[in-house]
Amino acid sequence: MKTILEAKNINKYFLDPVKFHVLKDISFTVSQGEFVSIMGKSGCGKSTLLYILSTLDTSYEGELIIDGEMATGKNNKQLAVIRNEHIGFVFQFHYLLPEFSVIDNVMLPAKKLNRKPLEEIREDAMNKLRLLDIAEQADKLASRISGGQKQRVAIARALINDPAIIMGDEPTGNLDSKNSQNVFNLLRELSVEKNLTLLVVTHDQDFADKTDRIITMEDGRIIK
Amino acid sequence: MNWRVIIQIAGRHLITRKKQTGVAALGVTFGIGTFIILMSFMTGLNGMLDGLILNRTPHVHVYNEVKPSEQQPVDYYEEFKNSFNVVRSIKPKMNQMRIHNAVELMNDLERDERVKGVTPQVSAQVFYLAGSIQLNGRLNGINVLDEVKLFNFGDYIVKGSAEELAKNSEGILLGAGVAKKLSLEIGDRVQISSFTGDLYHLKIVGIYQSGLAEFDNVQSFANVKTVQKILGEGNNYISDINVKLFDIDQSKQVSKELERVYDISAVDIETANAQFETGTQIRNLITYAVSVTLLLVAGFGIYNILNMMIYEKMNDIAILKATGFSGKDVKYIFISQAMLIGLIGGILGLVMGFMLSVAIDHAPFETEALPTIKTFPVNFNALYYIVGVSFALISTFLAGYLPSRKAEKIDPVEIIRGQ
Ligand SMILES: Nc1ncnc2c1ncn2[C@@H]1O[C@H](COP(=O)(O)OP(=O)(O)O)[C@@H](O)[C@H]1O
Ligand SMILES: [Mg+2]
Repeated sequence: MKTILEAKNINKYFLDPVKFHVLKDISFTVSQGEFVSIMGKSGCGKSTLLYILSTLDTSYEGELIIDGEMATGKNNKQLAVIRNEHIGFVFQFHYLLPEFSVIDNVMLPAKKLNRKPLEEIREDAMNKLRLLDIAEQADKLASRISGGQKQRVAIARALINDPAIIMGDEPTGNLDSKNSQNVFNLLRELSVEKNLTLLVVTHDQDFADKTDRIITMEDGRIIK
Repeated sequence: MNWRVIIQIAGRHLITRKKQTGVAALGVTFGIGTFIILMSFMTGLNGMLDGLILNRTPHVHVYNEVKPSEQQPVDYYEEFKNSFNVVRSIKPKMNQMRIHNAVELMNDLERDERVKGVTPQVSAQVFYLAGSIQLNGRLNGINVLDEVKLFNFGDYIVKGSAEELAKNSEGILLGAGVAKKLSLEIGDRVQISSFTGDLYHLKIVGIYQSGLAEFDNVQSFANVKTVQKILGEGNNYISDINVKLFDIDQSKQVSKELERVYDISAVDIETANAQFETGTQIRNLITYAVSVTLLLVAGFGIYNILNMMIYEKMNDIAILKATGFSGKDVKYIFISQAMLIGLIGGILGLVMGFMLSVAIDHAPFETEALPTIKTFPVNFNALYYIVGVSFALISTFLAGYLPSRKAEKIDPVEIIRGQ
């Protein structure tokens, strides 16, 4: 099975306000098609780890390999390209650009990638929206749809460039239980039907139980 | 760099903030509009004054100045060569007003390839007579058609025409002041008395008005031959030669050459109108100073709005960076925003500048001093419009640069974590 993500001995310190060893010797891999969840108490370093794995945070020790490519040591511009091409990110707070339509939000990363003609990108985006059952909202302003819908749009956006891995930081954390269920089921479907690789931080035990593998953290360490 | 998506995002940000964008753009519009208007008007004014003075002034004026000899007899004495000689009460040598060998000199000048044209003048002291009134005056003999061609003499003829004078060897273009004092009109006859007392009847074929009263009260113009006859001189009697060059910048050099080679007085246009250049420069300076000030104010407006917008758009910036836009992309999004404001404001400024210039150009402006000017002078030069837009883009770029740098540097993790 192909390895999509590999973390080797990742250590991170916060220096402010006092020196604080937040991540301690984190090593693990995620293989193609796996649905992995990360659990742990609040404050144990899950988000911090995810920011490093998603290449947004570059001040750490250790090595990060994404889709066979060494991400550690690359400059900001190169990392932006990696994120654009290989990583789809879903946040807890559905970060959409409020002034753009739903479909424009989904299209933006593909426009940045600039590999396909505009018409094809629009077609792709429509397909992703259909996949997430939200195509009828395509032309609405992103600020005019509900929270659950926003999160589904964010997932559609994460999918637009067919990334190697989708990362989520408590993607259902801000939704009611019905919408949470909904979003989880969608992710599960994507994992099974599209053979997508997913790495999702959650504090929801039910959610985690239904994933392929659970990584449990405590005080900046992986304990299981 | 994928400019299409960058411009799309920038444009969207602006469209959703129509009011702020409008205010910022309006600042630029006023800056550029004012620049265009000032520039067109000021240079129009410069051009008009150039037309009034420079176009009508010979580039080199050749004449025979009455002055004491530079070399006094004592200077020729070998014995006093090394001594300090003081000569008191020097008087000019008996000298004629005419230019020596004027015809040859003119031929030489005509052949010079730097020279566009040459006109001769004969000047005579006369009295204008009407009934018992006797007016002191000066009658200039000119080749009127050449004067029209080279020195825009036609601009001075307020009634009648140059052609009439050229046709009529007994014709005269009477100074407007003279005509008024003597109550004479075009078609009347005027009596001229030369210094020797001979009387001549000349027919008034036109009225001459320069706008300078001291001129118009004494000067009149007739053909060269007519004045030579009044003076009782032959046709090689020429008192002044006016030279027009192809390149005005050579006038100093040419006048020096003439003085050296022909032993004659020659004054170039720059020396004769030294104060002129200064006026032009000061007008340009004022124009640029006012425009730059206005643009500076507009620039600060844009700087503020962009700073505010970046503050509001922290989330967007974080999301763009998280989804693969680089810091540079984000920087260019905000710089594009500033420059779009500059472009829109600038183009509106051009339109405003142009429309007001047209209005000014049609506003009546009549003054005794400038008989040929009927409306305000405006210079419609495409260059100012190009400079104006460039100004707008450069100043908005500068205004947008610092805030955009800030956006480039924003750490998305901090924003995402902050929520
Ligand atoms: N910028 C920072 N500076 C200092 N300490 C921080 C910073 N960000 C987070 N921390 C601390 O690091 C620890 C891990 O935070 P985080 O990764 O957000 O935890 P989790 O997502 O597991 O709840 C927490 O104790 C938090 O207070
Ligand atoms: Mg967290």
